Amino acid sequence: MIQRHVKGVAVAVLILGCTSVQRAFAQGAVSQDYRWLTFTVFAVILAITMYVTYLAAKRVRSAADFYTAGGGVTGLQNGWAIAGDYLSAASFLGIAGLIALYGYDGFMYSVGFLVAYITVLLLIAEPCRNIGRYTLADILAYRNDPTKTRVVGAISTITVSIFYLTAQMVGGGVLVKILIGINYETSVICVGVLMLAYVLFGGMVATTWVQIIKAVLLVCASLVIVALVWAPYGFSFPGFLQDLVSDPRVQSRVATLLGTSAKDMTGAELGQRFLEPGLYFKAPIDQISLGLALIFGTAGLPHILMRFFTVRTALQARRSVVWAMVIIGGFYLCTLFLGFGAAKLVGSANIAAVDAGGNMAAPLLAQFIGGGPDSFFGNFMLAFVSAVAFATIVAVVAGLVLASASAMAHDLYVGVLRAGAGQVVSPQGQVKAARVATIIVGALSIGIGIAAKGQNAAVLVGLAFAVAASANFPCVLLTLYWKRCNTSGIVAGMLVGTIAAVGLTLVSPNLTYPKAIKAAAHQVLEGEAAKRAASTTALDAQDPQLVAKAKKDLAALDKAVSKAKADIENWGDTQTSFMGLQEPLIQLKNPGIISIPLGFLAVLFGSLLSRDRRAEETWNEVYVRQHLGIQVSHSTPETAWSPTAGSAVPDGWNRASPVRRR
Amino acid sequence: MRDEVTMNWDRISRDPRFQTLHRRKQGFLWGMMLFAVAFYLLLPIGAAYFHDFFKIRVWGVINVALVFALSQFVVVWAIALIYSRKASQDFDVLAAQISSDLAQQRKARPAT
Repeated sequence: MIQRHVKGVAVAVLILGCTSVQRAFAQGAVSQDYRWLTFTVFAVILAITMYVTYLAAKRVRSAADFYTAGGGVTGLQNGWAIAGDYLSAASFLGIAGLIALYGYDGFMYSVGFLVAYITVLLLIAEPCRNIGRYTLADILAYRNDPTKTRVVGAISTITVSIFYLTAQMVGGGVLVKILIGINYETSVICVGVLMLAYVLFGGMVATTWVQIIKAVLLVCASLVIVALVWAPYGFSFPGFLQDLVSDPRVQSRVATLLGTSAKDMTGAELGQRFLEPGLYFKAPIDQISLGLALIFGTAGLPHILMRFFTVRTALQARRSVVWAMVIIGGFYLCTLFLGFGAAKLVGSANIAAVDAGGNMAAPLLAQFIGGGPDSFFGNFMLAFVSAVAFATIVAVVAGLVLASASAMAHDLYVGVLRAGAGQVVSPQGQVKAARVATIIVGALSIGIGIAAKGQNAAVLVGLAFAVAASANFPCVLLTLYWKRCNTSGIVAGMLVGTIAAVGLTLVSPNLTYPKAIKAAAHQVLEGEAAKRAASTTALDAQDPQLVAKAKKDLAALDKAVSKAKADIENWGDTQTSFMGLQEPLIQLKNPGIISIPLGFLAVLFGSLLSRDRRAEETWNEVYVRQHLGIQVSHSTPETAWSPTAGSAVPDGWNRASPVRRR
Repeated sequence: MRDEVTMNWDRISRDPRFQTLHRRKQGFLWGMMLFAVAFYLLLPIGAAYFHDFFKIRVWGVINVALVFALSQFVVVWAIALIYSRKASQDFDVLAAQISSDLAQQRKARPAT
């Protein structure tokens, strides 16, 4: 019966996709004549993933199947799936764009995102596999009061996932609009419905395969582009870079970025500057703070942690991280060529003209490499990259929705509500709860995606990483490695970490401060008359260059004035930001450097100020289990150590307190 | 029965071989971790405060900044390689020995 549903949904999605797309597009990067190509490529990807979902749906019978693909994923498969889960549109399109627009600084993002996996490999993946079951809260509940830790664990899982998810939805909606011209709301709904179809029917099995397929496509597309960009230089790295820094467009881009300080620099110096840090990051402390959030945040991302429950042993978990590091690292090396190649071949000005954030660098480069906007192959490449970008968004969102749905169904409903009432939920009931939670989260994500239109996706991703690094990471790390860690510590750490990260972001310069905007706007208006007079006089000059410059200045002035007027009108009498502040309280853009230590301190003091006999008594068990990996996953202590107890604890969601049960 | 299980964990944790495993693993893991974090943080710190050093050209137009960023990839992959070899040749072997001994002991002394 489920299969019939899947077929029905697949057909509905295809029809909905095609018809709404035909109606809803405006103008995108893909030209009208070749739009069918994008849809064909995407329909092929869609057909493959839907077929996989159809096969997967047959295999989803228990909660373990739904949440963790029954533990039947191999290390290599999981490595690709982690890469598919992690390489979001932000890193694929965003980092390539940052490198294209700002050179070296963009590449520092790539490094941070990769180094993050060291933390996951060395400290988190294997113990989590040995201790956990379906969710992050499972790990926390192991030694501690299951009810309290499940509640805080579920809250922070949902918080992190919703920030991340909103970022994906907003970023994805905008991208799809720019790429193929489908309007924002339609693309958010399409992503949401597709993702729901995968997760609802295929659970983790389908999600895993969608992520694998997408990661393979993404890596292949990048490798082809890199090969085409690099081949003319005989694959010489210095040769490629030499050509980059001698490019006049790159040099003029650096001159624009540096402003007046670039006056005395030669062309060669300007080009070389593109390979040096400091064009994007201005405040050193921001850079370090962001770096910390990246390398510790990844280890606290619930949808990444959840992937380690899909393999059976710690060895396979280790293999998955190593494979993921190879794939992700290889991809990030490609971003260097994607970004630099786009800067040279497409030109930063052309990239920024389509999208100020630079997100179009990789797609435009693909088009150029294929032969340009008028060639078939060029459009095929653009169509392919656009389809991969869309598949990327769907795959990442599916992982996030699964993580939040598991927190909602497994932790809150089964683990707290029903267990609190002394009830045990049947295996069928658990799958049903998971599906209901998926629908709720899916509907929520579509709603939030539409409501959050226009929000800054980068800030939201930064916030997700900051909460994960400040709340989830200290709690998971200390409950695994510190004997004295207990319930109060976990609750304190989760609350303080989350509140600190969110709170500091809310008072940071990331928000909009109308007073400053209006002050800047008034300044523009006040200076208008003098500037206009100067440029108008220059119009009468003899030198044609000066006249051209004056005309350009006048056009820029008109634009600035109309923007200033619009700003003043838009903000009206509002003087304060969303938080009621006239100006930011702190100058830090990413809260990591403050909120991560606060999260750790909260776990530390929370634990030290209270005593929890159970947490200490179970320490030896956690300690032995995480090293030896005996009785992993499907076993609560009861089921493994006594053959008769196995059936009494269906699916073993609740590793309930041995002390209390006694 | 519950007590029996709890006691078992305690006994294993006091097993000298387990203690050895734990000590070796912790030393290795945290050492690697500290090194990786410190090495990584040199990148943003260097980019921010040692700009003059980072811009020195070493090979054609390639400068210290680029070499250092690329060296991060090498270090990350090297750590992954070293750790997986160390784990499979050392930690996993020791853990498997302890586990199989435990299984034999349980067979000899049937569950209550």
